[in-house]
Amino acid sequence: MTELSTFILILEGLLAGAGVTVVVTLVSLLLSVSLGFVLALVRQFGKRRALHALIDLYCEIMRNIPALTHLFILYFGLASIGFRLSSIAAAILGLGLIGGAVTCDLFRAGFAALPKGQAEAALAVGFTPFQTILDILTPQAMRIALPSLGNYAVQLLKDTSIVSAIAAPEIMFYARSMVTSSFQTTLIYTTVALLYLALALPLMQAIRILENRYGRLKA
Amino acid sequence: MNPLLRVTGLTKSYGPVEVLKGIDFKVAAGEKIALIGPSGSGKSTCLRCLNFLEKPSAGEIHLDGERIGVRLGRPMNDRQLAPQRAEMGMVFQLFNLWPHLSVTENVAIAARKVRGLSAREARELALDMLAKVHMTHRAAASPQELSGGQQQRVAIARALAQKPKLMLFDEPTSALDPELVHEVLKVMEELAAEGRTMLIVTHEIAFARDIADRVLFLDGGRIVEGGPARELILSPREPRTQAFLRQIRH
Repeated sequence: MTELSTFILILEGLLAGAGVTVVVTLVSLLLSVSLGFVLALVRQFGKRRALHALIDLYCEIMRNIPALTHLFILYFGLASIGFRLSSIAAAILGLGLIGGAVTCDLFRAGFAALPKGQAEAALAVGFTPFQTILDILTPQAMRIALPSLGNYAVQLLKDTSIVSAIAAPEIMFYARSMVTSSFQTTLIYTTVALLYLALALPLMQAIRILENRYGRLKA
Repeated sequence: MNPLLRVTGLTKSYGPVEVLKGIDFKVAAGEKIALIGPSGSGKSTCLRCLNFLEKPSAGEIHLDGERIGVRLGRPMNDRQLAPQRAEMGMVFQLFNLWPHLSVTENVAIAARKVRGLSAREARELALDMLAKVHMTHRAAASPQELSGGQQQRVAIARALAQKPKLMLFDEPTSALDPELVHEVLKVMEELAAEGRTMLIVTHEIAFARDIADRVLFLDGGRIVEGGPARELILSPREPRTQAFLRQIRH
């Protein structure tokens, strides 16, 4: 067998996992951004102190425990008390819940960066607080948060590799099982690297386009 | 005749610091009032209390007979305050235009979202208001592309679009480069000539003298002296007013 055909065989094997990698990335990204945005709104504009404390606690717990530990709790821990999640569902839920804490901070930083006068001007023309947040503050905070959200999205794509540990059939999962049967360690992991690169670069590019379109704002 | 604006016993404290120590004044419809005084005298705070951007600690504000910020003896929240705030146009020292919206949209958005005009009506209104401040030629621009003076004129158009009963100006030229002050003052002069009711916090003493009907001099959270503009500025009675005006001239 030639080197090339081996490479193609490996690539074919890995591509079987690429779909799961992409789905896990996109769905958990959607989950984390939605969750993070809602948490940021409540934390930034909500009046209830107890809720603030709860959100802070949530963020600390999510960010200060390794993702792998969270995944094991979700997958094995919940299963042992009767909630069986599929490995993909556990992966999406785990990465999404952690990502909610991460993006919550990114959105909050975006809101916090806005000068006080932006909200004051909105209230002065007769906007309600809700309209002020929706029409004036959120579009600006989003633009400020966009570059760090982009970095987070790429980080998330790479982090999906750890969900192979709970047997979610993504790229790394297939890579490891191929290594155990073929011992082509270098070739397989190099192919894995190229595959991640091929996924991450277009994502990066998409983010750059978004940044150029929306991100250039300075009051 | 009832005054358009009546302020009685207005006080404002931040913790132990009393910034306003009992302000009383009235503004008749069509009157132009300038608030002058040294920095820290409370004149900006006073203006910002009128539309409750700062919540007064005590005192009453009535606009057109309606009590601002209190309903049935209870303080109103920001949502309840919104319709009352819409009655007053406010122009800020730092313009506070919204950078994610075009010039036209800055002026039009409140007409749509607060007063319920259609997109077309709001746009027409915005263009009318921009014409008033001589900014029609930059209607499609972004605020960031404008000079400070131009931004402030757009901010004035935004406030005018509210069709307010009263215009509040909070040091509208203090953040401008000296050569841009004139274009903003000129627009304000034109508004004054239309007979609008205007309350202006300013350091432009000559402008206050020429445009205002009355001047209120604030110091230490109190109105030290108030009277017809020329009279007060040319021959102030109180020693503190005299000292302040002397400093300003030099």
